[in-house]
Amino acid sequence: MALIQGRFLDNIGRVYGIYTGGFLGFIILMAILEQLGVGADTIGILFVAFTIAIYAVIGWLSRTMEVDAYYVAGRQVPAVYNGMATAADWMSGASFVALAGGIYFGGYGYMAFIIGWTGGYVLVNSLMAPYLRKFGCYTVPDYIGTRYGGNLARFCAVVVLVVASFTYVTAQINATGTIAARALHIPFSVGVWFGLLGILLCSMLGGMRAVTWTQVAQYIVLIIAYLVPVIWMSNAQGFGIIPHFTYGEAAANMSQFEAQYGLNPPAEAVAGLSVLTTPHTGPVGEYAEWKFVTLALVMMCGTASLPHILMRYFTTPSVRSARRSVAWSLLFIFLLYFTAPALATLTKLQLLDPSLPTAIIGKPFAEVASLAWIQNWSSVGFLAIADQNGDGILQLNEFFMRPDIVVLATPEIAGLPYVISGLVAAGGMAAAMSTADGLLLAIANALSHDLYYKMIDPKADTSVRLIVARVLLVGIGALGALIASLQLTGILGAVAWAFCFAASGLFFPLMLGVWWKRANRQGAVAGMVIGFIAGTSYLFYVYGGGTPWFGLDHLRFGIVGMAASLVSMVAVTLMTPAPDEEIQRMVDDTRVPVGPPILAAKH
Amino acid sequence: MSIDNMELRDRYWQKTRNLTIFVLALWVFFSLIIPAMVGTLNSMTFLGFPLGFYMIAQGSLIAFVVIIWFQNWRQDAIDDEFGFGEES
Repeated sequence: MALIQGRFLDNIGRVYGIYTGGFLGFIILMAILEQLGVGADTIGILFVAFTIAIYAVIGWLSRTMEVDAYYVAGRQVPAVYNGMATAADWMSGASFVALAGGIYFGGYGYMAFIIGWTGGYVLVNSLMAPYLRKFGCYTVPDYIGTRYGGNLARFCAVVVLVVASFTYVTAQINATGTIAARALHIPFSVGVWFGLLGILLCSMLGGMRAVTWTQVAQYIVLIIAYLVPVIWMSNAQGFGIIPHFTYGEAAANMSQFEAQYGLNPPAEAVAGLSVLTTPHTGPVGEYAEWKFVTLALVMMCGTASLPHILMRYFTTPSVRSARRSVAWSLLFIFLLYFTAPALATLTKLQLLDPSLPTAIIGKPFAEVASLAWIQNWSSVGFLAIADQNGDGILQLNEFFMRPDIVVLATPEIAGLPYVISGLVAAGGMAAAMSTADGLLLAIANALSHDLYYKMIDPKADTSVRLIVARVLLVGIGALGALIASLQLTGILGAVAWAFCFAASGLFFPLMLGVWWKRANRQGAVAGMVIGFIAGTSYLFYVYGGGTPWFGLDHLRFGIVGMAASLVSMVAVTLMTPAPDEEIQRMVDDTRVPVGPPILAAKH
Repeated sequence: MSIDNMELRDRYWQKTRNLTIFVLALWVFFSLIIPAMVGTLNSMTFLGFPLGFYMIAQGSLIAFVVIIWFQNWRQDAIDDEFGFGEES
């Protein structure tokens, strides 16, 4: 196995080059099949089934029984590929499916997610990743437990990690289930289990090593699936070859159309669907800027404390390559995130601008109602039009749509062939699966390594540890699928909560562990416990209908948690004795990129 | 140069910390101050975009990418200067 691994790493560029070429060939094959009259349903099924089969093969080829390979992919992932894997790990179903739709309806306020989910990497790079890589830990609680000493600190970190990651993973399994259900024509509750099966095929046998190499493959699929439709649409509709730099006029003209049609709430709302009432480019209403800044801040701090992201940087060969791989990660993420506003703007323009053939607002009602894409999406209840003022013309506030479908419906709005819709489904599946993989692995590893091996049975031998890790992976996955099939929360809300949980409990203990030598165990425990409890209580208060303080609603409860965490950690640390000589030396060693890691290679 | 030389390490850490503080100041500017001023910035245009909208849709994102590459370039130089740049 070591020999194959070596040869694989030497040929990695060629392997993924062939893979990318093969995927593009597959898309062309599907396009030909569509021309030959193969049905849209068959193409959708082929897209999803083919890509999942490939991930499963990669997962099988990367199987391992070595601790180092299972937890940190043998610490030999090159920076560029770790960057791609992190980008896939990072961009979830929410980013892929919901982000552009969110901007379409939310405008300025929603773009805080774009800033938050990219700017967070500056924090990862400058405050966390290189130092945690130097430490040589397997999991994030491993760092907390060793830096502060004691099982209590380790246990608190495990709890925060599990709550944050589990909240997140149910949303991702939900997304895989939704896409699988639509593409394969199976009920949602079956789709959820089907999605879970795909996720486990990627991660169970090979742990971090398998997840790494499947995530690289998934990144390639998802970025192609996001960029191709936007660029194709832009060319078909005459917005320029690369729309990103040429949609300025469209954004500038938007306020004119907004004024022309009026941003009014509908006469009668349709449950679950949205009407455009927010201006596209600028802040509006009380606290708009404050809300943007607080949401961006909590998303950024959450980014820098979410364990499934941080643990990706444990897989690189050195501290320098960990930093380099953060830079690559952000570049790969950036490609999708700066496309989302372009997609949202162009889609909106196509519907609003009366000089374009795709426009529907301001057109006769009967004409719009006969369009194929309107009928397709209304028949499943994701879209509705209603002539509420009875003037026979479709007004802006008579067009109802579910924000999540903007990305999925855009190819149809622009009249692109069905092969593009199949591609988008495969991309959404890749995005949701890769994130779910990383999260499930983060939870299972924390429980098997930190809770079972470090706290319950430190004498357990390697094979037992790895079997425990796999059993936990399956168990947690099944629990996640069970909760996802109940559909308790929306995808986006659950994702924002996960960031808030992580930021409330982990951000300051992680950050100050490196940057404040004086920080001690008592302070860290207080920071985690009080931050987490304060954040959670505030969430219950706001979500239960309490008046938000300064506009901090349930998406931003991490601000309250983080403030409580910082104050309590600093206060308790200063009231208790400084950490001993050994810990202080440990912090010193963490700060220098050379020298042996703090934790032995196999611990 | 020895990594056990504490005086050397202190100087290394001071430089690293100064770089980090500089990077975080840029980060605050692009991630928090610019978005708070979008309303004002929108009265100007850039490449046909309202400037404020451009910044939160693209400008700040490009800035983040550049900041990280810049930081890594400077940090590598600091590591090499103190002989801490060896791939371990």
